[in-house]
Amino acid sequence: MAKVPASLESLTEEYGPHLNYTPPGGWQDAAHEGPEKLVKTHCCFCGQQCGIQLRVRGSRVVGFEPWEDFPFNRGMLCPKGVKRYLQGSHPDRLLDPLLRSDHGFRKATWDEALDFTARRLREIQERYGKDAVAIYGGASLTTEKAYLLGKFARVALGTRHIDYNGRLCMVSAGVAYKLALGIDRSPLPWSDIPKAQVLLIVGANIGECAPITTDYVWRCRENGGKLIVADPRMTPITRNADLYLPVRPGTDLALLLGMLHVILREGLEDREFIQAHTTGFAEVAASVQGWDPRTAAEYSGVPPEAIERAARWFAEAGRAIALHARGTEHQSKGVENCLAIINLCLATGNIGRAGAGCAMITGQGNGQGGREHGQKCDQLPGARSLLDPEARAHVARVWGIQPEELPQAGLTAEEIMEAIHRGEIKALLSMCFNPLVSLPDANYTREALEGLEFFGVVDFFLSETAQLADVVLAGSLQEEEEGVTCSTEGRVIHIQKAVDPPGNAREDSWIYCELARRLGKGRYFSFTSPREIFDELREASRGGVADYYGITYEKIDRQMGVFWPCPSLDHPGTPRLYEDLHFHQPDGKARFLVTEWRESGDPVDRDYPVYLTTGRVVSQYLSGTQTRRIGALVDQYPEPRVEMHPRLASRLGIAQDDWVTVATRRTEITLRASVVRTIRPDTVFIPYHWPHDRSANRLTHRTLDPRSKIPEFKVSACRVQKAARPGGKA
Amino acid sequence: MFGYEFYVDPSRCIGCQSCVQACAECDTHRGHSMIQFDFIDRRETIATAAFVCWHCEDPTCAQVCPADAIKKYDDGVVGSSLKPRCIACSNCVLACPFGIPKLMAPQQQMMKCDMCYDRTSAGKRPMCATVCPSQALAYVPPEVIARERREKAMNTFWFGEQKITTKVFMMVPAEKSEVHVDVADYIWEAEDALVSQTE
Repeated sequence: MAKVPASLESLTEEYGPHLNYTPPGGWQDAAHEGPEKLVKTHCCFCGQQCGIQLRVRGSRVVGFEPWEDFPFNRGMLCPKGVKRYLQGSHPDRLLDPLLRSDHGFRKATWDEALDFTARRLREIQERYGKDAVAIYGGASLTTEKAYLLGKFARVALGTRHIDYNGRLCMVSAGVAYKLALGIDRSPLPWSDIPKAQVLLIVGANIGECAPITTDYVWRCRENGGKLIVADPRMTPITRNADLYLPVRPGTDLALLLGMLHVILREGLEDREFIQAHTTGFAEVAASVQGWDPRTAAEYSGVPPEAIERAARWFAEAGRAIALHARGTEHQSKGVENCLAIINLCLATGNIGRAGAGCAMITGQGNGQGGREHGQKCDQLPGARSLLDPEARAHVARVWGIQPEELPQAGLTAEEIMEAIHRGEIKALLSMCFNPLVSLPDANYTREALEGLEFFGVVDFFLSETAQLADVVLAGSLQEEEEGVTCSTEGRVIHIQKAVDPPGNAREDSWIYCELARRLGKGRYFSFTSPREIFDELREASRGGVADYYGITYEKIDRQMGVFWPCPSLDHPGTPRLYEDLHFHQPDGKARFLVTEWRESGDPVDRDYPVYLTTGRVVSQYLSGTQTRRIGALVDQYPEPRVEMHPRLASRLGIAQDDWVTVATRRTEITLRASVVRTIRPDTVFIPYHWPHDRSANRLTHRTLDPRSKIPEFKVSACRVQKAARPGGKA
Repeated sequence: MFGYEFYVDPSRCIGCQSCVQACAECDTHRGHSMIQFDFIDRRETIATAAFVCWHCEDPTCAQVCPADAIKKYDDGVVGSSLKPRCIACSNCVLACPFGIPKLMAPQQQMMKCDMCYDRTSAGKRPMCATVCPSQALAYVPPEVIARERREKAMNTFWFGEQKITTKVFMMVPAEKSEVHVDVADYIWEAEDALVSQTE
């Protein structure tokens, strides 16, 4: 049923992506007359959540001005932040709800679109059961919207199945931090980074994916700190690395185990700390005995001497910090990788004090806050477990329902897609998610979506996924609805409303409240403003791990953000966790956890001898729904390219700009080559922001980490060959 | 802004081009960027560099301008060409040792970085240095640079025989006091030996 209703060309002509280069009214001075206001808010893109001021004239955002007083970024912005303002008045913007027609989509009234959506959801639930409907959310939503979505799934629909695209982001880190330390949050504020004497950066392309963090890293170096970077590619921050570890894709764990082996072999561990504040050390120590540097080198491709040096630097520093991101988390042993990083910090007593510790670098805008309050399949507000009877009772009380009415935990994002493919889930309502571009094995994703009996989408642009929808509800951009997000540091910040949604587009929270009303659950969704949602969220999170009770919009403005937990109105917030070395575990001790080596889910062999790894470029954001429409950002890196080392290129007879076909066990795509000496010769890299025949995720595979359920985007096996022209298989 | 200076540290540049994008947002030249940005040699290295106009003490661009269209202001900033005077002859484009001025074809006028004169004169930092995520471009008081950076600020360049002193500083290794950009300056042989075969 959910086939694309018209040709790709005609849909693209009508809904884009078109390139917008100019602010509303053009660049000319005449368009810039009249009163203007500056709205202090935050960037809508990545987890850095930089402070920015939007220039607003009339009902339109016409530009930006740096916000130098906001302490995290002090005015700094990456190119995406600079150009983000071009979305509100973009010609592709959806201004009305759309219903599928014979020739594409037609405009509908809100009553028509909402009635239709509610009717289809009800019909499918009556016929197949409540769990036949799934909800997809997103980590770019404000925390209020994410909370509302969780409540909508559980109260308005009563389905178990709600999950979000944060599942593709940093859940491996979240699981590991919760297991070892007890709290799924970076334990340190970014102001700690310049205070470290050694920085170990594992699988984090900071310069392109968290650009503002670069200044923190450089300040650490200016203070005399040493920089160690582990990555299969020399990314921009590697230019100043004191030690570069060219780890083979998917083998970070070997490197980390080798480092711990060296630390223990040389007696560099912090015995006092281990004894007083941790459990499980003996088991972990025994488990790394076989991981001598030579063995670790054979697995990881990093020279034994470099592993030894990295281990010594990290252990001998008085203050060391390990930063990590998707490179190490997007693996089928992503949780193990993060646990091994935590083990390094625990073994050397690096946690709970200034300049020491470990931190995950959030990818998505509200990657942190978006997972704390209920759109994650197994979690209730306050980062509470859906399996915990006490948590269920508390949240049920706040929501005015019985605990038994709360569904049990459901499937994760990729598992939901697989259940759709199997025909178990019949309807999907998706907001802020473009799975056709962002989930692995994109052809499989398309097959799954095409089999849905009902597919509804809330979005502000017609994404590639939304093209498959039966109904598209025209929602709001970040600057069109007030709310909060939580940045990579655990700092809760205030998103200000700058303008109303244009045309007949509506605030996302209005859309969900109206749908709930039509599903007969209006009394649980009588919110008239984000502030009312936030006040209920504060109550729902009260006493939980992510306790927001003491946070108010006014307090955020006054303090330039509030770090959670913040349990009472007079509590200042908690920038650094575990300062008392009391961990969030029943016995107060941090856990050393054994990490076992496993092969990747898509191993290289004779037929597919080259590693394929995927990632991002600085000028694009995630699935590109927003950034592929901004002209200046597209010009900066117009097309995905296959990055490869000259040694691999010359063996295959490939020169710069040649067309090359990359084939995996799924399918193949053909792109131009970029021949660079800054990648391992056994590896190729493709950025994933593009759809269709340029989609890196047509090549990736659906192996998940067994605990975090994150797909293994960073490791696939492929075959590379020169091609005559673009094209190739679908 | 009084007490602030402009510093360029290519070793900090991460190639994000935020400066390029933000420069085009500035009110005096909306839609056009005045930043010089380069991938040094992308095949060999991830090194990149972004530069603004160096704002020479004795600007070559102004010296060679036949129309007297390029002015240095009291605070040392060298402006874009004055629109009523510029004859679009490109003398400045060819003469600048740093390759900064650009002839804007549609306007038939030379434009270049004026260190965001509209912003700095209103107490704001230049756009590029404000947004630069790596602070490869920085606009801060000299004491801050001296305190916070390992490297040293330098503003004397030798182009062969021509010595140029600039308002904008380049961050260089602490042991350097000036930068020579001519290969001949690094060669061991005496100059006579190099040119002797031309006789």
